[in-house]
Amino acid sequence: MSDTADTPVLRTRGLRKQYGKGEVLVRAVAGVDLDVASGETVAVMGPSGCGKSTLLHVLGGLDRPSEGEVWLDGRRIDRLGEKALARMRREAVGFVFQGFHLMDELTAVENVELSALLAGNSPRAARRRATELLERVGLADRAGFLPAALSGGQRQRVAIARALCNEPRVVLADEPTGNLDSAATLDVLRLFESLHEAGHTLVIVTHDDRIAATADRLISMRDGAFVDETRLAGGTSGKLGALAGLEG
Amino acid sequence: MQQEVVLAMLAKEPAYGYALRARLSAALGPLGDAMNAGQIYVTLTRLEKAGLVASEEATSTEGPARKVYGLTSAGQERVGAWLAEVSWPRPDLAEFHLKLVAAAAAGLADPLAIVDQQRRELLRRLRDAQRAAMAEPDRSDAALLLEGIVLRLQADLRWLEACERNWTERRGNL
Ligand SMILES: Nc1ncnc2c1ncn2[C@@H]1O[C@H](COP(=O)(O)OP(=O)(O)OP(=O)(O)O)[C@@H](O)[C@H]1O
Ligand SMILES: [Mg+2]
Repeated sequence: MSDTADTPVLRTRGLRKQYGKGEVLVRAVAGVDLDVASGETVAVMGPSGCGKSTLLHVLGGLDRPSEGEVWLDGRRIDRLGEKALARMRREAVGFVFQGFHLMDELTAVENVELSALLAGNSPRAARRRATELLERVGLADRAGFLPAALSGGQRQRVAIARALCNEPRVVLADEPTGNLDSAATLDVLRLFESLHEAGHTLVIVTHDDRIAATADRLISMRDGAFVDETRLAGGTSGKLGALAGLEG
Repeated sequence: MQQEVVLAMLAKEPAYGYALRARLSAALGPLGDAMNAGQIYVTLTRLEKAGLVASEEATSTEGPARKVYGLTSAGQERVGAWLAEVSWPRPDLAEFHLKLVAAAAAGLADPLAIVDQQRRELLRRLRDAQRAAMAEPDRSDAALLLEGIVLRLQADLRWLEACERNWTERRGNL
């Protein structure tokens, strides 16, 4: 491994993932080169079916590429054996999904601590960590609630707390605000912003322009490939009044 | 009627006043019904005075003489500048729409490039509005106004997505 400061947290080269063959061959990811720097928030947007979820799954080792390379922290992961891959996922990657994927029969705090337990932490350390994280996402008072007793936005915040439990190198989020209304989305955006400020690395695939607008870098995806990249920094301050009908 | 819109409709080739009106109606559908013919002629006269449009009497064997309007080089320049300009807070969807139609018809600019540029600008504004909203305490008066701005920008961005899809398909069909 070379100079860690310059090593991207995530890197892919010539990444491809296809399903089926012959007539029904689907090129879900068709040659993606991506570098995500430490501390960066990257949003990937694109029409339904363009390969966003597939990309995210391959990035996080939930799925293997058909071709190409995936590197995490300077370590090539696409050729790891099943065991090593599962371990890498548990320890280095945090996933957040649109449907939250919480365990219905576990309370919020139990859902969060589960990944710490699976990673081999003592029950006591795991509970401490989970409690801390729930506090951080503003849900300390809901620790004992089952998911069914939480709102969509609260469930998503529990899922984010869970994703952070093992201090992952990167958080991968698939449509994290997909089921949320405008106020709950704002909470999730605030949370991502605080993760960003704390130096976390985030890759978010989404249809939501609000996420795209607040990311450091916005990548547009079509038919399995990246077609455009934008950095939105340096806004238009001062024009907001005009948008609300105030001159100035 | 915005002067630039009339100019842009002439960018492809000179036209009679009534043909110009037909071009606008084709691009606007039922929304074009609100325009009256007089308005277009008034605009054309103004544009001619400003040196952006020149007219020629077309000799016809029957009926009254008709004028054919075309762009002067100053007019062409003005259209180019209009296509390149990113203007949003004005809630003028029709103007933007006609920009794409005119750009494509006259081959002056790539409609998709115009959409992209506009999208970036809107995302920048959304970024500002969203950041301002995130910094507000919940349920503050300002937060409510900012939410309105955010929702409107989102609606505009969704329409741009539709524009992008539509013009991508049209390009594919050429
Ligand atoms: N397990 C699978 N078997 C076969 N085809 C698949 C499989 N998973 C995904 N695909 C196909 O791959 C393509 C990309 O799918 P993917 O789920 O990555 O899209 P997406 O960009 O996430 O879409 P959305 O925005 O709707 O979530 C689609 O055409 C899809 O049908
Ligand atoms: Mg998806």
